[in-house]
Amino acid sequence: MANNRWQWWHRLGSPRWFYQASGSWLPWLSVATALLFAVGLVWSLGIAPVDAKQGNSFRIIYVHVPASFLALAGYYVMAVAGAVGLIWKIKLADMVMVAAAPIGAALTFVALVSGALWGKPTWGTYWVWDARVTSMLVLLFLYLGVNALYQAFANREVAARACAILALVGTVNIPIIYKSVDWWYSLHQPATIKLTSAPSMHPSMFQPLIVMILAFYCFYALVLILRVRAEILQREQRTTWVRELLEVRP
Amino acid sequence: MWHFESVSAFVHMGGHGLFVWSAYGITIVVMLLLLLAPLHRGRILLRQMHRHQQHAPSQNVSEHTTAEQSQIQHSEIQHSEVQR
Repeated sequence: MANNRWQWWHRLGSPRWFYQASGSWLPWLSVATALLFAVGLVWSLGIAPVDAKQGNSFRIIYVHVPASFLALAGYYVMAVAGAVGLIWKIKLADMVMVAAAPIGAALTFVALVSGALWGKPTWGTYWVWDARVTSMLVLLFLYLGVNALYQAFANREVAARACAILALVGTVNIPIIYKSVDWWYSLHQPATIKLTSAPSMHPSMFQPLIVMILAFYCFYALVLILRVRAEILQREQRTTWVRELLEVRP
Repeated sequence: MWHFESVSAFVHMGGHGLFVWSAYGITIVVMLLLLLAPLHRGRILLRQMHRHQQHAPSQNVSEHTTAEQSQIQHSEIQHSEVQR
């Protein structure tokens, strides 16, 4: 019984199983991502109504909020994968953690840049050292730090352990980012979407945002899987199953 | 249903065109790079592995011994990446 219960867990940790299973998810995920982006981009750029106060610069919300969402969600992915790798010594978890760092950094960068481009017409400045913006900058450095730390070690296991610890310590920053708009006086507007209350937007503005957030989620999953697959291929290139894979698909 | 009356109004975005289009443009460029990076890495790896296979005919290696071998390889690959 106990054996059965844990079997899925060990199978999930097997790079070979993940490589084969994810291969069948990729086409679906690619199609979903492409469709959601096609609908979301047209809807947010051309169909969504303008904001009464902000005019068309409001459309930046449709890339800014999803990018920020995934920048934060990506940190959970990285930190949880790091913890799993640290506790259960599962190599696949280490690979997920390492793969999540550059994606998170890129999405945090997008959130910051789109925020700056939104800030100029709205606040009159590209940059302000306020709590929300600064804590997002710290998030960017945490992602870059994990990535740099991994590259700095020749030994893969030591590198993963160090990265996991840095990622877990950095989790302190996450509630600060969430709460920064409530705790301190900030130029940044409060959260548009809250789980606990109705959205502060009209449905005609809110619906395209949901589509874009879903598009970003699918995109994140797609890129994460592709990165982990490339990592598996590199680490396992001498194993029999990868060699067999090569023979099937020359 | 379509918000803008003309193409030029769509590009202009009521004076915010520069901000809106550059925000979307940068987002799309960064995401395309994110998507292409692992695909490119995978393609290079497959090419390398094919070359190795031609040089050394396949020998059956168990998954356990390769753990240490790939450990060494990891640092080798890192060095070659730096050189490139």
